[in-house]
Amino acid sequence: MNSYRSDFPILDQMVNGKPLIYFDNAATTQKPKQVIEVLKHYYEMDNANIHRGAHALADRATAKYENTRKKIADFINSPSTEQIIFTSGTTGGINLVAQTFGRAFVGNGDQIIVSNLEHHSNIVPWQMIAQEKGAEIKVIPVSEVGVLDMEAFKSLLNSRVKLVAVNHVSNAIGTINPIETIISEAHNVGAKVLIDGAQSVAHISIDVQKLDVDFLAFSAHKLFGPTGVGVLYGKKELLNAMPPYQGGGEMIKEVSFAGTTYNELPYKFEAGTPNIADVIAFGASLDYLNSLSHQTIWELEKELLSYASKRLLEIDGLKIIGTAPQKIAVVSFLIEGTHPQDIGLLLDKYGIAIRTGHHCAQPLMQRFDIVGTCRASFAFYNTKEEIDAFVEALKKVVLMLK
Amino acid sequence: MAKNINQIQDSLIEEFGLFEDWTEKYEYLIDLGKKLSPMAEALKTEDNVIKGCQSKVWLSAKFEEGKVIFEADSEAVIVKGLISMLIRVLSNQTPQDILQADLYFIDEIGMSQHLAQTRSNGLLAMVKQMKNYALAFSLKD
Repeated sequence: MNSYRSDFPILDQMVNGKPLIYFDNAATTQKPKQVIEVLKHYYEMDNANIHRGAHALADRATAKYENTRKKIADFINSPSTEQIIFTSGTTGGINLVAQTFGRAFVGNGDQIIVSNLEHHSNIVPWQMIAQEKGAEIKVIPVSEVGVLDMEAFKSLLNSRVKLVAVNHVSNAIGTINPIETIISEAHNVGAKVLIDGAQSVAHISIDVQKLDVDFLAFSAHKLFGPTGVGVLYGKKELLNAMPPYQGGGEMIKEVSFAGTTYNELPYKFEAGTPNIADVIAFGASLDYLNSLSHQTIWELEKELLSYASKRLLEIDGLKIIGTAPQKIAVVSFLIEGTHPQDIGLLLDKYGIAIRTGHHCAQPLMQRFDIVGTCRASFAFYNTKEEIDAFVEALKKVVLMLK
Repeated sequence: MAKNINQIQDSLIEEFGLFEDWTEKYEYLIDLGKKLSPMAEALKTEDNVIKGCQSKVWLSAKFEEGKVIFEADSEAVIVKGLISMLIRVLSNQTPQDILQADLYFIDEIGMSQHLAQTRSNGLLAMVKQMKNYALAFSLKD
């Protein structure tokens, strides 16, 4: 029995008469009771608007809110807290960069490079700004096993490339991309790099200074924290040079009808009352993660990945989509003669939660010429026993469908 | 005299009443899906695709002697089974009857989860599209 499970109250329940098996961690991770407690405590004791109240509750809420910013800066080794901007999530962060950096620094005839492995969130915001500016989107191709073609990437680089936007880890098939190389190669031609860290931050430790990355976006809810909160990290000179994004409270220094001066970092990009409660609870999820260490998580999940891959291949006609040598604990698969949707629906009857469909990565599905996949994604609180139950249920489901 | 919509719904409810557990129910549904009369390939056009479904679902309708005849297909077999039941209930009925139909059988046989917006498997979109066809034919009539 996995000793971390008891920290996650939601895991202890029956679904359709069977013990819940939650293998949809790439969609969102579950929350430890430490996070839930902090959220509850905040609303019971500290709730106030931040940065302006002249009273005790406002002071407490502000201190806790800003303390999370500090924890995030430590978590990714940001040189300062001003470079940590709170967003609504990874998508919010990417859109912020597209609409500010993109608006200011991408011009007619320029190029933006994305990869064939991207989530729609890291494609569409770039298409929008490219269309507006008359810029072009170039795509790094993906090999049959799901690895980026780095030679092709190098040949795409030239002085017209203003930005390279790639994910650290593919949400659909789990590939870990060589972002160190991508960043240094892009910098050689003067391009900036945005890393979509949505799928990696919970599994792999990230040091933004060592990576020399220009932007990093990720979400709290995939880090065992609440939904509706994300982080955008950026290099200070870039964030300062970028125009503000949304207008409103907090992001201004002075307003008059003659003109407005904008606040300093990070507040310049944080218009309106933020998601205070969830930011504070996000701090608790970082504490929780730090108590475990990325190394422990990595080892537990690596074991789950190799065990699940091995056991799944016992099933006749099962094909794993994405077999990159460097992967996080995600197994995307198809079973000959069955549709992913049918598999997902019937597994649910066994209390097993997986994701089926195109995983918001339709260009990748087109690359493999498939409609979608079944995706089982694991977290450190999952167990080999759960994988056994999953494989047994899957065998029964396949029998029903064939 | 052909059976009316509610009579067909009642016989479906009776058939499903025989099953002891969900596996039998879904085995029957899968069987219905596999037996659904094949849709002519020529009708599987982009225009006939129902949007908002995780698997591809096609629906076409024609109007013959005052009745609406539906044909449909899907890539996923459980959806096909659900489609097969909808066709059994709503095909070969008058536009008026289709428009007024209250599809209570879905709930009664324990399949209402498939009607939920969140499942995005198209049953809801399918029913809506069937009613849209009925409305279009009733205006033509």
